Amino acid sequence: MIGLEHYLTVAAALFVIGIFGLFLNRKNVIILLMSVEIILLSVNINLVAFSWYHGDLVGQVFTLFVLTVAAAEAAIGLAILVVFFRNRGTIAVEDVNMMRG
Amino acid sequence: MIAQDLAILLPEILLAVYAMAALLGAVYTGKDALAAPLTWVTAGAFVLLALWIGTRGGGAQIAFDGMFVNDAFARFAKAALLLAAAAVLAISQDYMQRRGLLRFEYPLLVALAVVGMMVMVSAGDLMSLYLGLELQSLALYVLAAFRRDSAKSTEAGLKYFILGALSSGLLLYGASLVYGYSGTTLFSGVLEAAGEGRAAIGLLIGLVLVASGLAFKVSAVPFHMWTPDVYEGAPTPVTAFLSTAPKIAAMALFARVLFDAFGGVVADWQQVVAVLSLLSMFLGAIAAIGQTNIKRLMAYSSIAHMGYALMGLAAGTAFGVQAMLVYLAIYVAMSVGTFAFILSMERGGAPVTEIAALNMYSRHHPGRAMAMLVLLFSLAGVPPFLGFFAKLYVLRAAYEGGLVWLAVGGVVASVIGAFYYLRIVYFMYFGEERAEPVEAGGSPVLYGMLMASAIVMLVGIVNLFGIEGAAAAAAAALVQ
Repeated sequence: MIGLEHYLTVAAALFVIGIFGLFLNRKNVIILLMSVEIILLSVNINLVAFSWYHGDLVGQVFTLFVLTVAAAEAAIGLAILVVFFRNRGTIAVEDVNMMRG
Repeated sequence: MIAQDLAILLPEILLAVYAMAALLGAVYTGKDALAAPLTWVTAGAFVLLALWIGTRGGGAQIAFDGMFVNDAFARFAKAALLLAAAAVLAISQDYMQRRGLLRFEYPLLVALAVVGMMVMVSAGDLMSLYLGLELQSLALYVLAAFRRDSAKSTEAGLKYFILGALSSGLLLYGASLVYGYSGTTLFSGVLEAAGEGRAAIGLLIGLVLVASGLAFKVSAVPFHMWTPDVYEGAPTPVTAFLSTAPKIAAMALFARVLFDAFGGVVADWQQVVAVLSLLSMFLGAIAAIGQTNIKRLMAYSSIAHMGYALMGLAAGTAFGVQAMLVYLAIYVAMSVGTFAFILSMERGGAPVTEIAALNMYSRHHPGRAMAMLVLLFSLAGVPPFLGFFAKLYVLRAAYEGGLVWLAVGGVVASVIGAFYYLRIVYFMYFGEERAEPVEAGGSPVLYGMLMASAIVMLVGIVNLFGIEGAAAAAAAALVQ
């Protein structure tokens, strides 16, 4: 029997993978965008699992909002990445370094 | 029923419809030729909305079963952030125009960000919190990268986007845990589930994650890494916007989550907020010392100021919230004036952001130098300027809230911080004469805003323009 805790474990694992993807990745900004998506998807798994557990639809409504916003966010992220590429000719993470910090 | 709900949301709906209609209208007609009139119309609309919201009154109104709350607290924050956004639009028009940056999207992106902020400060539910926050953030990411042909600006946009998305992810994961452990996304339901005294461990983890997501948005240490780079890279008017209205909205949202949803478990979050506050004050004060770029310096300055505002929040009392609101209002008034000054710094038409370029500024522009001196003293918290009373307010709140160590830390940090503000004053009045002095460019609007802000810092000490009473009513509406 698959229970709530299994879903929560998967979601927590995905969340941690996403966070590590953001911090350990030194190569490509696209991978950062993918990590952000993984984080948002782990949240969705959490919300749907809790929604099912409580027998309450609000969590699934929340999931739909998160999906919509994630799409908008990806569009804006890629647009900014494109203008960045036009200026610098690279999307390597280590080249995002014009300013200190 | 639905008509009543919509009537409560009317200001937000009007602004959102205006932004979208103006966007469509401008695309099909004059495009960038309309940018300057649109900027002034948008600024005017902000002022009108602020006046309308400020005089609306009528206690707490709840729409959509508690998802949207319009109480005195929301009205205070909305009026403040609308006025701040209008002031920033007014000072940015001339600067953007002369550098070919004034596209018609600029005022409309600001308007959309402001709609997001208005939803944020009125949020009564995790969903409206998230949607308001994202609407604000998405517009701000684009604004930071607004100078499309500049590597610095696009890099600022990219950094802001990545770290902002990470913070939204943290906040959202926390929100999902709060939902799971309380069974509802409504703040009132979470308040009930959290109970009094100590909250369940799952709710606590959710609270900590939501708090770190929000700390990112207010750029509190240790979630401040993006601030200096984004402030330096973004076009200066956008930097001015970033350091004013979004800070009010994010702090107000922070206060709303902590009191509306977790008001029963103050002891659980008080220490966390106090530590955020202490670290922000000290890092802001110490890291700013070595800066040579005035925009980077303002970034660290805003980190330190958010630390002081958080100090009011950490007190966990109604007086603390009142102190936080007063502090934010005064900080924004100072910021607008300071940025009006920074926007007017130029040499041969090109903007200058080097602090060293201000050497002997007072010899050429004594009036402006004097106004900037007042603002810098006020930012540093030197009596008798308004900034001193703002600091006094939060220090008293922390002291009365039992956080004496935090108040002492705040005083020490403010003494350290005074150094770098006074260094600019030193350059302006006693520095070495340079061959190429910095010129005072820009429209009369910049001059007027700089002078008005400096005069506010002097005249405001009489009665703070009555915002004390409004802030007290706002705090009373939030903290029952």
